Amino acid sequence: MIIDSSLANASDALIVSATVVYTVAMLAFVADLVSTGRASRTITRQLVTAGASGPATTEAVAEPPGTEASVSSPASRIGRIAVTLFLLGTGLHLASVVARGAAVGRVPWSNAYEFATTGALAVSLLFAGLLLRREVRWLGAFVALPIVLTLGVATAVFYAEASDLAPALQSFWLVIHVSVAFIASALFTVGFSLSVLQLVQHRFERQGARPAPTVLRAVPSATVLEAMSFRLHAAGFVLWTFTLVAGAIWAEHAWGRYWGWDPKEVWSLVIWVVYAAYLHARSTAGWGGRGAAWVAVAAYGCLLFNFFGVNYLFVGNHSYAG
Amino acid sequence: MAVTTAPPPPQAPPASPRLPDLGPIGTLRWMWRRLTSMRTALILLLLLAIATIPGSLLPQRSVDLGAVAEFYQANPDLAPVLERLGLFAVYSSPWFGAVYLLLFVSLVGCIIPRTRAHVLDWFAAPPNAPTRLNRLPGYVTYRSALPPDEAAAQIAAAVRGRWSVGLHRVTSAPGTSAAETSTTRPPDQREPLVVAAQTGRLRETGNVIFHISMIGILLALAGSSLYSWRGEALVVEGAGFANTLPRYDSFTSGARYDTGDLPPFALTLDGLDVRFESDQIAAFGAPRDFAAAVRITDTPGAPPRSELIRVNQPASVDGARVYLSGNGYAPVVDVRNGNGELVFSGAVPFLPRDGTYTSTGVIKVPDLTGGGTEDLALEGFFLPTAVIDDQGPRSVFPDADNPRLLLTVATGDLGLESGGAGSVFSLQGADVTTVTADGGDAVSLLLAPGTSVDLPDDLGTVTFVELRRFAAFDVRADPSGPVALGAAVLVMVGLAMSLFIPERRAWIRITPTTGPEIGARSVVEVAGQSRPRDNGLGAALEHMAAVVRRSAPPVPPENDHRNHAEEDA
Repeated sequence: MIIDSSLANASDALIVSATVVYTVAMLAFVADLVSTGRASRTITRQLVTAGASGPATTEAVAEPPGTEASVSSPASRIGRIAVTLFLLGTGLHLASVVARGAAVGRVPWSNAYEFATTGALAVSLLFAGLLLRREVRWLGAFVALPIVLTLGVATAVFYAEASDLAPALQSFWLVIHVSVAFIASALFTVGFSLSVLQLVQHRFERQGARPAPTVLRAVPSATVLEAMSFRLHAAGFVLWTFTLVAGAIWAEHAWGRYWGWDPKEVWSLVIWVVYAAYLHARSTAGWGGRGAAWVAVAAYGCLLFNFFGVNYLFVGNHSYAG
Repeated sequence: MAVTTAPPPPQAPPASPRLPDLGPIGTLRWMWRRLTSMRTALILLLLLAIATIPGSLLPQRSVDLGAVAEFYQANPDLAPVLERLGLFAVYSSPWFGAVYLLLFVSLVGCIIPRTRAHVLDWFAAPPNAPTRLNRLPGYVTYRSALPPDEAAAQIAAAVRGRWSVGLHRVTSAPGTSAAETSTTRPPDQREPLVVAAQTGRLRETGNVIFHISMIGILLALAGSSLYSWRGEALVVEGAGFANTLPRYDSFTSGARYDTGDLPPFALTLDGLDVRFESDQIAAFGAPRDFAAAVRITDTPGAPPRSELIRVNQPASVDGARVYLSGNGYAPVVDVRNGNGELVFSGAVPFLPRDGTYTSTGVIKVPDLTGGGTEDLALEGFFLPTAVIDDQGPRSVFPDADNPRLLLTVATGDLGLESGGAGSVFSLQGADVTTVTADGGDAVSLLLAPGTSVDLPDDLGTVTFVELRRFAAFDVRADPSGPVALGAAVLVMVGLAMSLFIPERRAWIRITPTTGPEIGARSVVEVAGQSRPRDNGLGAALEHMAAVVRRSAPPVPPENDHRNHAEEDA
């Protein structure tokens, strides 16, 4: 296979511009949070000074609009800019990954650089889909940050020039196993951001008297965050289960055993078990939303380790990265 | 492992602080309830995750024997301690077994009562409405022109089909509900009727399927460790392989597998086609394709069939599969002794050590002179694309572009007669002395294909006749595969059902109107709830309210002014 180097170079340039655009989008999302948070605080103060309505009304408005939609005011201009920039970054990012794939004539999933860029793209596409369907601008900064970090690490540390596939990866199971793993990881990533926000909101809601920082006023209540993060985690868990099963089928096909305690397999199982623990923690008395959120955070830590650590620290059948 | 959306499990009976009162059976029951509680399941899950990790940090015997040996050499003091803790075989260690067996006992203890409850629930009527319907999502109310009994019958008939429906008459004592209309008690016209509707029982069905299938996966893994077998063998181009125990370099099988049952196939390696990257600078020398052309004879005397075995493309033979797990070079070497007699001739596999196939191996020639006194060993490197300069000899590309054998000579006792199980790839266990030149340096020989060199001390000559490749085949059979796959598919189906099917309940309460026209008309209330919160509930309840209105039409506005007022409120 001849590598199309002009396409490969275009891909490299696109990923850099996507990273820059995401970064600006992230800053715009933060600015949007601040302005929306300020607006909500002003409304609260006005209602309080109006006096007649009493504490009940104050509470109702001061609490960031409860339902999961309609948090940011639709008029926020900086918010619209942030969304547009994020979608633009996603477009550039998608173009980069497609160009990389076209340059080598295969799915661009064969080394750590390609895994990181495509993994981040899955997060972007998922969040772009959410942005178009729901009012979730308040989540933008917390999703753009991991994307920017991943792309930064990918270009600075993992970068590898485009090349053909190793024989071990020449299988259509690569497409199935790896693409589903990407989608599951994207769901877990956004779920993780929500769980972290939920834990932070819990803190301020419990302390009551201490007002939440302005940035958090535009973020929904911990209960709403919990419900959203559960839905993403549930979908991610089903797809992660499928990732394990598809991986086992491929392993049976390539190596002759469906389970062999390879380090990557071990950590994929650990991730599965910890997310299973998360689902159980949700319905365990005394653990509730907060305990479960901590388990979800731990599970995401395992996911990150499996993605970034395992290939470099251990020798195994999955160590073709680098 | 308890079921994910389970209500808190039944607590132990409110035991007094004095535990002994429970008695032996009571204590056992208490322990059982503890073990099958959700909290225990959660802790066991987290424990399982932690217990799984060491197996990825330390080399495992079942994965890589050589790595364990290396660890022993590097950490001679630590290794025996870890050994005693079972850390080189984590996944067959007693403590790992204890964690997952407890987890599965907990799962069984949870799933049996859950299954029973679910089966009973499947045939039971949906539960009665909570008292305060107006606090639930989708609450609407209106006045219907129909009397309560008729309205209830119409509504139940209309709702049935999409929902599973039960009818309750609410007795005056709150909480003692669940009296079906078919009871013999004469109906009290002032008591409200409730049409209870439910969907999504399959959510719990999925939950039960998921957990039972997890046990299926455990059984499949147990079956795998009992009945599977695996062997590794090197086959040089042009040579054959018969599926018998002695022919394997390594062989492992489950406790219940009888090695006499090995399928009697044979295989000949006609050629091994190997391709490495030579264009793309970034991946120069990276493997691109390995393909072994083989002829397989399924049973002795059967006509051979040709197969191409690749990395992701094994060949199937009678319940087993043959995988291409590695490859390397096997130089064909002739050795003649000082008298000119041919004492050795054959292909000797050299094992690749790195990405450029710098390979090591040893040519062992027993009884060089025929006197039974002295063996010869030619040990060293095979370099497929050799570069020899002041940095020393090395290989710069994995393909055979400039093949060289670089050997040192040793004589002595190879230990072959004593039946020692020394490796064919090293001089471990041999008692030999390296032949040195006058200066004290070891004599080294450099050979290209087709060349011969004289051995020192008139020991004879060695000829590098030609270069062949070898393929490393992994032959495996595991009858548990289909069981595991079936269980895994059920796991996924059950999981998706239990997480994505919303369980919805809706109630239509029909209360007789009071006043002069008592019992002639009804106040209808509709509301519902779901587990967990689901976005479709609102639409489902709206649809239900529409169906309800159609089957028990509201009082026309001109006939009832109060109705108007009530609805506006």
